[in-house]
Amino acid sequence: MHILEQKVRAAQSNGRLALIPFVTAGFPSEDRYWDVLCELDSSGADIIEIGVPFSDPVADGPVVEQASHDALAAGVTLRGIMQTIFRHKGELKAGLVLMGYMNPFLQYGLERFARDAAEAGVHGCIVPDLPIDESDGMRAALKAHGLALIALVGPNTSKERMQLYADVSEGYVYVVSVMGTTGERGALPPEVPDVLARARSVFSLPIALGFGLKNPRQLDALPRELRPDAAVFGSSLLRHISAGRAPAEFMAAWTGAES
Amino acid sequence: MKKGYFGEFGGCFVPELLMPPLLELDKAMREFLPCTEFQQELDDLLKNYAGRATPITFCPALSKELGFELWLKREDLLHTGAHKINNTLGQALLAKKMGKKALIAETGAGQHGVATAAAAARLGLECTVYMGAEDVERQSANVRRMRLLGAKVHPIENGSRTLKDAINAALRAWISAQATTHYCFGTAAGPWPFPDLVREFQAVIGREARAQMFERTGSLPDYVVAAVGGGSNAIGMFHAFVPDESVNIVGVEAGGTGKPGCLHSAAINIGRPGVLHGEYTMLLQDDDGQILPSSSVSAGLDYPGVGPEHVHLARTGRVRYGIAYDHEALDAFQRLCMAEGILPALESSHAVAYVLRHADEFRPGSRVLVNLSGRGDKDMDIIEKELGL
Ligand SMILES: Cc1ncc(COP(=O)(O)O)c(C=O)c1O
Repeated sequence: MHILEQKVRAAQSNGRLALIPFVTAGFPSEDRYWDVLCELDSSGADIIEIGVPFSDPVADGPVVEQASHDALAAGVTLRGIMQTIFRHKGELKAGLVLMGYMNPFLQYGLERFARDAAEAGVHGCIVPDLPIDESDGMRAALKAHGLALIALVGPNTSKERMQLYADVSEGYVYVVSVMGTTGERGALPPEVPDVLARARSVFSLPIALGFGLKNPRQLDALPRELRPDAAVFGSSLLRHISAGRAPAEFMAAWTGAES
Repeated sequence: MKKGYFGEFGGCFVPELLMPPLLELDKAMREFLPCTEFQQELDDLLKNYAGRATPITFCPALSKELGFELWLKREDLLHTGAHKINNTLGQALLAKKMGKKALIAETGAGQHGVATAAAAARLGLECTVYMGAEDVERQSANVRRMRLLGAKVHPIENGSRTLKDAINAALRAWISAQATTHYCFGTAAGPWPFPDLVREFQAVIGREARAQMFERTGSLPDYVVAAVGGGSNAIGMFHAFVPDESVNIVGVEAGGTGKPGCLHSAAINIGRPGVLHGEYTMLLQDDDGQILPSSSVSAGLDYPGVGPEHVHLARTGRVRYGIAYDHEALDAFQRLCMAEGILPALESSHAVAYVLRHADEFRPGSRVLVNLSGRGDKDMDIIEKELGL
């Protein structure tokens, strides 16, 4: 079992919803960024997704896009991100996932990236502009070093396409809750139960729900058997931190949530 | 060859949420485009609404000066003022067949936005256009035209505030709106199947021009030249000529000011391969893979990438890609106005500029056919400012 799957299963076996905070690298500042990750780690994060900034983040809403532009303006690069993670290797107990668009990985060199990422202690990647049809090269490069390429599916992903992902994926499945970009929303869109049911019927991997989450009460609307195994939150967490509030406080609202 | 690829370039690098509408589009393309009924409806629109066929015009004064024959394919004479309408009528008609109610589009110079707005109005579709805030300022006449044609125009303040950011915004909007909306992409670039789809609709330029050259001169041209932004007018012109081995084909990229350190728009000449807007292509980018802003006096060429088929044609050597700089385009603009009484778009002026500036590369006595992709009315403000008039 891939280590990222183990992380989610471990929470599950304690009856907990696994928690996956997303933070853009270098957010809210170069100085505070690693402390934020440590605080998330010690306040219940099972997996942490680090956002690799990109100039043209087409799957992101305004909050993550702004964080991405700020990070680039502050000089954050993929190389720098890898060096920071490497320097702090072993400090985090959570699983580590890099989430970023294809081009920076490509320019780094897929083979070299996979090797360096594994060495730094990264466990997987999410590449939002890499559908299954284009993903062979990236998946093979990552797999050679034990890293998972996380599947991203959404409300309009058919069973057939989900099956294509299920055949090759490891770690967990990221189910996008909305037909839209990242960014918090008030309530879960009505199509969420359907996509969760479809994903459950196709994947044996644990299911993480993301895009639009801000508090665990949003999940109350879901029938028990459709509740996800993990929740991913990005924009709402970034806004919380931007407002000068503690990451641990945000996590506290979620740590009691059941899977 | 892998689906959606031209050699190693192209592909479909989009969020999974955009795969279903792209697959739907591919299916519709294969279902409707070969249909006689679709072709007849499109031909009728192109002929009786847009003004096809466009003529080819011989330029006597400049030809005399240059020592070879200069011919222009007059896409500037089309309704809404540029080749863009060939593509928008095709896509709008296809969208209707697919049961879509609305079009969204990105635009740089505003020509594609105006052409989409017109096609949408004509075919009874709603229309929303995303346009970089800088372009909204420098092409304000086109913004007003789009609004008069019933389109909503969204200025985009993100990033470099130009075409690249407008495409990001349109892709995002399409994720949410895909059930009812077709994304009418403006150039032969972007994710599969757009490079194929747009080329199909623009290929009428070269088909016509090839037959017209035969009719008027009894032979093929020796050279075919077009400006390359995303690459739609150029691929539309080149496509019919690619199998004609005797025809030399030249694409012209925008070099910006040409000063050291200048941002430019010459992705094939100066870029490196990478992924942007759904395709693997040549891009202006830094070492970290961040996309660099482009720059050109011509808003329609101001883009850090290029359609994948052009990169392939460059790699195989079938097409040569040169560069024309801002000042050369402005000079060509003036010369075409004065010598031939034709007021070209700044984009098209780049193609003319290359021919004027590199006249020694063209065999004396040969025939050179340039695609005049659009008219320059939209550029009056910029041109007067740049030329200090
Ligand atoms: C008149 C004209 N020519 C050329 C272009 C460049 O686009 P493409 O390379 O797709 O033809 C534009 C774009 O707006 C245009 O308006």
